[in-house]
Amino acid sequence: MLARAIDQLVRREGPRVLAGLIRWSGDFDLAEEAFQAACTQALEAWTQRGLPRRPGAWLTTVARRRAVDLMRRRRPDVPLEPELLEALAADEAESDSVPEVADDRLRLLFTVCHPALAPAAQIGLALRTLCGLTTAEIARAYLEPEPTTAQRLVRAKRKIAEARIPYEVPPADRLTERLEGVLSTIYLVFNEGFSATEGESWIRADLCAEAIRLGRLVVELLPGEPEAEGLLALMLLHDARRPARTAPDGTVVPLEEQDRTVWDHALIDEGTAVLDRAVARGNPGPYQVQAAIAALHGRAAHPGETDWPQIAALYGALLRTTPGPIVELNAAAAVAMAHGPAAGLAWMERLEQSGALEGYHLLPAAQADLLRRLGRTDEARLAYQRALALVRHPAERRLLERRLAELG
Amino acid sequence: MQYIVLIYGSEKGWTSLSKPEAEQMYAEYRKYSEELVKAGVMRGGSELKPTSTATTVRVRGGKRQVTDGPFAETKEQLGGYYLIEVPNLESALDWASRCPGARDGSIEVRPLAPSM
Repeated sequence: MLARAIDQLVRREGPRVLAGLIRWSGDFDLAEEAFQAACTQALEAWTQRGLPRRPGAWLTTVARRRAVDLMRRRRPDVPLEPELLEALAADEAESDSVPEVADDRLRLLFTVCHPALAPAAQIGLALRTLCGLTTAEIARAYLEPEPTTAQRLVRAKRKIAEARIPYEVPPADRLTERLEGVLSTIYLVFNEGFSATEGESWIRADLCAEAIRLGRLVVELLPGEPEAEGLLALMLLHDARRPARTAPDGTVVPLEEQDRTVWDHALIDEGTAVLDRAVARGNPGPYQVQAAIAALHGRAAHPGETDWPQIAALYGALLRTTPGPIVELNAAAAVAMAHGPAAGLAWMERLEQSGALEGYHLLPAAQADLLRRLGRTDEARLAYQRALALVRHPAERRLLERRLAELG
Repeated sequence: MQYIVLIYGSEKGWTSLSKPEAEQMYAEYRKYSEELVKAGVMRGGSELKPTSTATTVRVRGGKRQVTDGPFAETKEQLGGYYLIEVPNLESALDWASRCPGARDGSIEVRPLAPSM
């Protein structure tokens, strides 16, 4: 019980403390190592002597001492900068407060999500430094061996040091472009968690919670960015539906069959409110549009109440900003719901002929669905079979098999 | 910190430029070099002669192997380089993106290791 409380406390205070350490020491790797050591010490000391009044300050003080030790050990011949020692002494005296420069966590976020790092490295570092996940937890979440994850984190920190990726928030003229990258990384984490199904490690579903945490952090630290709010809204609205998404046997439950009473309506309300704020800024973007689509689904108490014409229109808007075959497929499905299966089918035909979705099981699956609705059973059967030949995830396979069986 | 800015591009593209197009390109590079000097970050650089003038040397088991051409056939070829001294990667990337070659080619930015 106490261990869990300490763990949560460390996770909560951690990002702020670490970010401050990086700024103080100017050395990402050193700060991280010192921070980890302080956390280990915290677990032991707090278990024995109880929680300190100011855990953040405690961690900072201990980590700084450790950092100085490490610096001495790494370069024993180099005398430590007097300012550093002075600052250390001063802070020990005022160990009651943790001065946080407002931008510290933001700096950390932009640094770990720098495009000079591979996406997998960005994700790993973000989860580690901003969400406080251990290497083991990240490895389990991404279904890879722990040494692989550990190696990747080491290489990423090395790149930050060797290539000198600066620890800073990008200047105003670069901010929107770099923010795009940050949001994309966060969304990658969310989707990884969202695709986790019943029976898989709980930590994978928890990736959604971590992504939302990061999303909230961006919105908190960078107020007034509509796409950041759009992404947060999108994640909240999707997360709200997660309880209904899988059947007890692990099969994927499609949207129109989901038990909407188990949707988290508090999350839907919150997501909608965040979206409204974003849209009010008058600067539309793809995340806001996707969130708007999700909000329309969230608003419908039954599938029959869904505002499909509005959704189809939103997909039109999405196609203008982020064209692509998968968006087109979703748009075609929405058009089918709004204007009848024939219209959607024609579009999907064109997509199939273009070859852009070669090997993508959701295209024949969508076609099969519409053919089924039109009563064109034989063609639907063939389409489901085509989809089954391509589908990989067992939970999705079961859904297709069920649909095929239902055709008789 | 010093970075090397390696300019990769399609050699075929460069050699097939018309005379006025080539002159335009050189003018852009001259301007770029001047900006680097003016900013105080320029430490060196040069255009390279085409890969047809390259020779690759390997010494294996004490034996020298000399072959015609660059070390490998690549889709884009190394056409020139700059050496710049700037505080961090962000600054280096800024300069690299302003290099005329960035528009059609690929600019690799790599820090120099500290001298032994």
